Amino acid sequence: MTEEVRCTIDGRMVSVPAGTTILEAARQVGRDIPTLCHHEALTASGMCRICSVEIEGARTLVPACATVVREDTVIHTRSERVDRSRKVILEMLASASDVSEAPDILAYAETYNADLSRFADGEKRTYDIVDDNPFYIRDYNKCILCGRCVQACGTDMQFTFALTTAGRGFHSHITTFFDQPLPESVCVFCGNCVGVCPTNALQPKQEWLLEQGANWDEIRAQTKKPRRH
Amino acid sequence: MVPRTNILGKRVGKIDPGSLPAYVASGGFLALRKALTLQPEEIVHEIMAAHLIGRGGAAFSAGFKWAAVRRETARPKYVVCNADESEPGTFKDRYLLEGDPFRIVEAMAISAYAVGANRGFLYVRGEYPLAYKRLAHAVAESRRAGYLGLNLWNTEFCFDIEIYRGAGAYVCGEETALFESIEGRRGQPRLKPPFPTTNGLFGQPTLINNVETLANVPDIVLNGGQWYRTLGPLTNPGPKLYAVSGHVRKPGVYEATMDLTLQELIYELAGGIPGGRRVQAVLVGGAAGTFLRPDQLDVALGFDTLRTIGATLGSGAVMVLDDSVDLWNVLRRVTRFFQHESCGKCFPCQLGTQRQAEIVTRLAAGNVHPGDGAALTDIGLTMRDASICGLGQMASSALLSAFSQFSLLPREDEL
Ligand SMILES: Cc1cc2nc3c(=O)[nH]c(=O)nc-3n(C[C@H](O)[C@H](O)[C@H](O)COP(=O)(O)O)c2cc1C
Ligand code: SF4
Ligand code: SF4
Ligand code: FES
Repeated sequence: MTEEVRCTIDGRMVSVPAGTTILEAARQVGRDIPTLCHHEALTASGMCRICSVEIEGARTLVPACATVVREDTVIHTRSERVDRSRKVILEMLASASDVSEAPDILAYAETYNADLSRFADGEKRTYDIVDDNPFYIRDYNKCILCGRCVQACGTDMQFTFALTTAGRGFHSHITTFFDQPLPESVCVFCGNCVGVCPTNALQPKQEWLLEQGANWDEIRAQTKKPRRH
Repeated sequence: MVPRTNILGKRVGKIDPGSLPAYVASGGFLALRKALTLQPEEIVHEIMAAHLIGRGGAAFSAGFKWAAVRRETARPKYVVCNADESEPGTFKDRYLLEGDPFRIVEAMAISAYAVGANRGFLYVRGEYPLAYKRLAHAVAESRRAGYLGLNLWNTEFCFDIEIYRGAGAYVCGEETALFESIEGRRGQPRLKPPFPTTNGLFGQPTLINNVETLANVPDIVLNGGQWYRTLGPLTNPGPKLYAVSGHVRKPGVYEATMDLTLQELIYELAGGIPGGRRVQAVLVGGAAGTFLRPDQLDVALGFDTLRTIGATLGSGAVMVLDDSVDLWNVLRRVTRFFQHESCGKCFPCQLGTQRQAEIVTRLAAGNVHPGDGAALTDIGLTMRDASICGLGQMASSALLSAFSQFSLLPREDEL
């Protein structure tokens, strides 16, 4: 039998098996916590911090997706500090990237009263769309740097390591090694990265061409599998 | 009486830092030799009794850390010396590394023996070429003379040190980013827990200490924790190095016990303010620190005394700004530093350091918008509460302290 740990989440006593995250424990008692970088098939990276919750007595907030429930902790999934952090993260995200096709972000913005144009004066991260292969396009204007594609391409799924993060700070960005076009990289076009991308930054090429108004012949011509020599 | 001490710096500038014989002649390696006659637990006990507080900025008890790594049963264990010193205005580790490099080698060996490690890693800031050269020489000389290597003094204890050079990232001074850097990955902090004491370098139990923390160790081993505890205030004992820069006549590194006041440091040790000017503000703890006002100079420069007035000692950097300084310009520089150094891993800091610097740069140019104060406070508190590591958590510290200490922003109704 696994050991049980008890905690209080928003005033309710909860008992969960040791090793359960705060996110899972909260969901068990019907308290939903927003997530962006977290994906059930990937290792919790704790990067976006939208899932931050407050533990009484802790100096900082903690990421619910990456924090295991500790015995006798008192956890608040909503508080002044929690709500401010979520709101400001959403506001800053919308000022840096194009989140128009990220449904979660738009929904959370409603919940947390985020003013998505608050930091509109700030520098935006703009890139040319990368259309270098028949399978998917990369529109990094929409990328929020959640890191899921790099995880899926690497040790969480595919072990191919075609994708990586380059640069630092605000100018971090996802690319291939030495910025090679994907067909020249080690990419095997498994599509796992496209599957986990939450913002449509990575999009199947057929879908993208359709949205651009291409007709079927054009789409067929542009998405033909390259022949092996 | 200014409580100056001459313990950490006793060899600096007095002996040739490249000479092992000179180090040995001035009492070098006596502490390691003595340590090897004691049980490892006894050494941990002395460090605990000394109440040695980590000097790297986080002010964590060295004894607790040593005891935790000692307890771990996984093998191998490692010791790491954090010599990445990159906090703006901080140059006290450099003083020790360049002036008494053998002391660091000796202290690392003692720490390894105490916690049960056989390999040490010294991570030196990339922009410290002289420190690197002297450390590399000290390690090679110690190895050649048998102070490092197999079965030291015919005991069971074996120990050697590898030196790594940083590549210029401030964040690589954060302990887990430092491990990632040594392991050959992007220099980004890991999530904690797990902590280095259980899962550190290469996933193994690791003792990581700052240069100055380690520099205290030989004297504690030689004279005992009780002796150390008598130096300065009981809660913050031992000698401390202060790096003073800015508008003082004699900037430099000063050693004293932590009952030293800011007033004494500025006026009696650093020679006061030149040109008949007055202090406008003092930034204590570097870019990640907090501002003090001229009427707060009687505070003692200890970890706990500063905390009681909402400030931090941090790395021990003291930057003095006279009344000719434009504080907005200082804040612009500080916020640009964090914008440049954020690793980008977590959203609050990746985005917040950028927006904070943009707004402060505009304000420094005299262009105020309604809502700026609220925006900076919101960004600052979000970074403080939700960032992964100390970089983001402290990136708004100087700015927010400047807001609470000085009236820098016009009231909203005056805009
Ligand atoms: C952004 C950042 C930079 C840091 N830089 C340094 C550094 O250059 N040197 C250092 O000793 N500690 C630095 N630290 C603190 C280390 O993470 C760690 O607490 C310290 O090395 C522990 O040593 P101590 O216990 O002896 O103080 C830094 C922390 C952060 C968050
Ligand atoms: S491309 Fe998509 S999955 Fe990859 S980091 Fe950007 S938003 Fe996340
Ligand atoms: S707080 Fe800043 S430096 Fe630290 S992990 Fe987050 S982005 Fe990187
Ligand atoms: S969802 Fe938890 S940090 Fe991103």
